Amino acid sequence: MQLIERTHSSPVRLLLAPLWAMAVTLLLAMPLILWAGAPLGRAFIELFRGAFGGMLPATETLTRATPLILTGLAAAVAFRARLYNIGAEGQLYMGALAAVLVGGLHGGTGFELSPYLLFPLMLLAGMLAGAVLLLGPALLKTRFGVDEVVTTLLTNFIALLGVSLLLDGAMKDPLSMGWPQSVALRPEMELGKVFEQYRLHNGFFIALAVAAVIAFIVARTRFGFETRAVGANATAARFAGMPVNAVMLKTALLSGALAGLAGVFEVGGRTSYVTLDMSPGYGYTGIVVATLALLNPLGVVLAAIFIAGVLVGADSMSRVIAVPTYIADVIVALALLSMLVTTMLSRYRIQWR
Amino acid sequence: MPTVLRLTGITKRFGDLLANDVISLSLDQGEVLALLGENGAGKSTLVSILFGHYVADAGSIEVFGQPLPPGQPRAALAAGIGMVHQHFSLADNLSVLDNVLLGSEPLTAFKSERGTARSRLGQLSARFGLKVEPDARVGDLSVGEKQRVEILKALYRGARILILDEPTAVLTPQEVQALFATLRQMLAEGLSVIFISHKLDEVLQVAHRVAVLRAGKLVAQAVTSTVTKAELATMMVGREVTLPHRQEDGQRGEARLVLNGISTEAHHGRAGLRQLSLEVHAGEIVAIAGVAGNGQDALADLLCGLLLASSGTVRVDGRVMGAEPRTWVQAAVGRVPEDRQGVGAIGDLKVWENAVLERYPERRFNRAGMVNRQAARKHAGALVERFDVRLASLEAPIRSLSGGNVQKLLLGRVLSEQPRVLVVNQPTWGLDVGAVAFIHGELLAARRAGAAIVLISEDLDEVFALANRIAVMHAGHLTQPRQAAHWSVADIGLAMAGTQAH
Repeated sequence: MQLIERTHSSPVRLLLAPLWAMAVTLLLAMPLILWAGAPLGRAFIELFRGAFGGMLPATETLTRATPLILTGLAAAVAFRARLYNIGAEGQLYMGALAAVLVGGLHGGTGFELSPYLLFPLMLLAGMLAGAVLLLGPALLKTRFGVDEVVTTLLTNFIALLGVSLLLDGAMKDPLSMGWPQSVALRPEMELGKVFEQYRLHNGFFIALAVAAVIAFIVARTRFGFETRAVGANATAARFAGMPVNAVMLKTALLSGALAGLAGVFEVGGRTSYVTLDMSPGYGYTGIVVATLALLNPLGVVLAAIFIAGVLVGADSMSRVIAVPTYIADVIVALALLSMLVTTMLSRYRIQWR
Repeated sequence: MPTVLRLTGITKRFGDLLANDVISLSLDQGEVLALLGENGAGKSTLVSILFGHYVADAGSIEVFGQPLPPGQPRAALAAGIGMVHQHFSLADNLSVLDNVLLGSEPLTAFKSERGTARSRLGQLSARFGLKVEPDARVGDLSVGEKQRVEILKALYRGARILILDEPTAVLTPQEVQALFATLRQMLAEGLSVIFISHKLDEVLQVAHRVAVLRAGKLVAQAVTSTVTKAELATMMVGREVTLPHRQEDGQRGEARLVLNGISTEAHHGRAGLRQLSLEVHAGEIVAIAGVAGNGQDALADLLCGLLLASSGTVRVDGRVMGAEPRTWVQAAVGRVPEDRQGVGAIGDLKVWENAVLERYPERRFNRAGMVNRQAARKHAGALVERFDVRLASLEAPIRSLSGGNVQKLLLGRVLSEQPRVLVVNQPTWGLDVGAVAFIHGELLAARRAGAAIVLISEDLDEVFALANRIAVMHAGHLTQPRQAAHWSVADIGLAMAGTQAH
């Protein structure tokens, strides 16, 4: 078996890759569902119904998609510049922590500031916290050539253990009955709900707007041009006189800020305080989202909704028929693998001999 | 003489591209057959099929009367076909003997037959005049010596048919003559050779017959004693080619690029520069000739703002320059790198984006932090028009362009800015005759317009066709530049080999 580069790269083939990947993913999930002893047709119907069949499932899916859009954008922006940020999980927690630090009810009241001033400050603080966490690995990469995959992955552990330390110490909510959780946000700092009795919050629409802004930045601005050039060929970008290291650092700041914002929205829109289990790996799943979207910022929105649908739908499916919820994680992992294979096959073809 | 190799109706298609179109060829014992053609004519594909790297869609191959199973390099080796690639496949940190033995010994053998291997290697190298030291580390050898190791490797494995892919591209004129002497010895012993080249003089000198490929088709076959150089060129390109005539040397102006006592560190196995000084004046082309790997890379990097000298200064118009490409662009130094697709252009970006790659921060292409796409497209369109770049669309990724068209765009990118200094590295390497003529014409025009031009080239024909003055690089040293007319080919060859000519 040999891989042969296609002489003509077809944009249509590349655009079809995500669809193929989703189809293959569901196909590969079938044996597992059968193995769990569930009827196949019913399982998929329940999966779909659980994700999109009605107001509650749909709003739940979009709620779940909100942090995934932001961590997906964080990964897409960085990966485009060949900065492999695997640390969105840690950056998300730092963003959440910073949000509570600025907008929380410390000593029962929090900062004596107008909410109109405090809210933007809270967003800024969260983005800054995420950005700063990625700045270290980015500097190590540009200065000393340290592999950022390793360093960003390790900062996740540092961030999580740091959060754990604070939740049991300095930032512990005295009224939490001993649970490791932070003080809550001031009620004015919470993001508004879209509908009365559902959890979907305005953060979703802000995330959509952010995706549009990122798409514009990448396609039209000088900075976007630089990130695309550096990511596609750093040697040639340097030859042409681009400030490659500066571009890399700016990209890191943007990527970290996006992941930090995901943390702010989770606290502000959903939990209102930080716990150690507030993110079921949104930072890592963001990588799957970005890959599935072919690093396109608008594609990230669709991919995030698809993945969120799988996660929410699988939860619901497992409640109705006896399939473990872990099937959702398997499906997400399969989606990443199928996507990697299908994008490769859109560039190469297999020759059997 | 018996026929040793026969290709019948070889056809190979890649997508829409017909790389080989029903090609039939034969090779006799004791014969050199030259395969002539421009880049992309299908020479490499044909040889890859012969050697089993590709499987032909149609057609068959017979070696010594036996059919050759398709797609099996091992079968080709066993049938007595040996290949010397343009880019050597040698292990640098092993000895010559180890390299020759590599792959020819069974993996599971308990002891290797080094003693017999050494004496066989000695015999082969004496018989064919391929002098190498069996215990030398390959990484320490010169390019010419490495080529000899490659040839010995093929002979050691019992090759009776030897395929040489552009073997002279990296050799000095004297080394080329030595290679030809070796080839003659091989023919006398009954071996046969396929010689792939696009250099017409060499083909006429060494080959008995020539087969010309163009756009995948075998367009002509001829006995070399019956054709002229001009006829071969016309067959190869399919139309008549007018090479630009060199104008009288114009008025030489002030010194624009001045290198003073430059030394750089050698690293990653690349030669450094040693105490190098050079002045290039407005309105002249100074060519840096030399065999690849003697410090030209370091010089090119230095003059492109990518490398900082460890001692000495570089001045452009009197200003001391550092290693920051941006400042070189701003100092009006036009730079065209050797690796067009890897360094000059960004393959995934669109043609128009590549056209403004060096200039995008300037006000004309930049509106409040945004890329001014109309202005950039307009600029790219004008370049494409003026420099005759053939393309489907400005929106296409530049990787879809042929090498010659990419080079025209890169040259246009710098020439359209009226450079004061121009640095071009191997500007026509691998390009077809038409593109070469165009680029030579543009370089001469830039000289007329008063640019100070440094031409780094391994192609002596090019050097003599364009340069006012020529300096030769060897092991990081540069000879005094002399007027082109004061160099003979023999002198240059000696200087390239490191012997100072007088």
